[in-house]
Amino acid sequence: MKILYFAHFREKANIAEEDIDLPAGVEDVNSLLDWLEARGGGYTDAFADRNHIRVAVNQEHVEFDAALKDGDEVAFFPPMTGG
Amino acid sequence: MTIRIQAEDFDAGAEIARISAVSTNVGGVCSFLGLVRDSGENSAITAMTLEHYPGMTEKQLAKIEAEARERWPLDDSLIIHRYGRFEPGEQIVLVVTASAHRKAAFEACEFLIDWLKTKAPFWKSEETPDGTTWVEAKAADNAAAEKWGE
Repeated sequence: MKILYFAHFREKANIAEEDIDLPAGVEDVNSLLDWLEARGGGYTDAFADRNHIRVAVNQEHVEFDAALKDGDEVAFFPPMTGG
Repeated sequence: MTIRIQAEDFDAGAEIARISAVSTNVGGVCSFLGLVRDSGENSAITAMTLEHYPGMTEKQLAKIEAEARERWPLDDSLIIHRYGRFEPGEQIVLVVTASAHRKAAFEACEFLIDWLKTKAPFWKSEETPDGTTWVEAKAADNAAAEKWGE
């Protein structure tokens, strides 16, 4: 699975993207967030507050209960501020 | 119908002229040009950096443009959005709509920029004398997008 981090998530976790094997027990976005938060350091800092996290799976906006599978592209970012 | 995501600047006048000439059915052309301001909520802005999610950005803008075409009879439309680092006065975004009558062109142009601001994956950070901060989404922008329904 590919994970992309944008804006302050990239800065806090100090990584733009990474490929990981779907961790045991991770079935949806919620459980992936739990797994990321438990990694410690910048990840914990980035994902502890879930209020302003937006997520896309395979480049489509989804809610936290969206199912995940190996091979998905998951992206974390704050609310959008373009224009 | 054109969508361009690019680092380089654009010639707004030339883009508007091109769309004005696509068809003699076009009776009205509306445009919105977004620029970098030199002042933010609390302090001066010396520069702004825009990043985006390549791939998803193009998909989202295509969906938004398709939605506009469903709602209004447009002869043509254009969205250009830049990414990178800009200084006050520089152009960020251009939306142009062309239709037989002004109402559709006005409304579709406003709709496109309202939805773009809250649904296309772009993020701004601002450089100020106190440091660089990520711009937070504004309730007013969400309200502007929501007034068009789903």
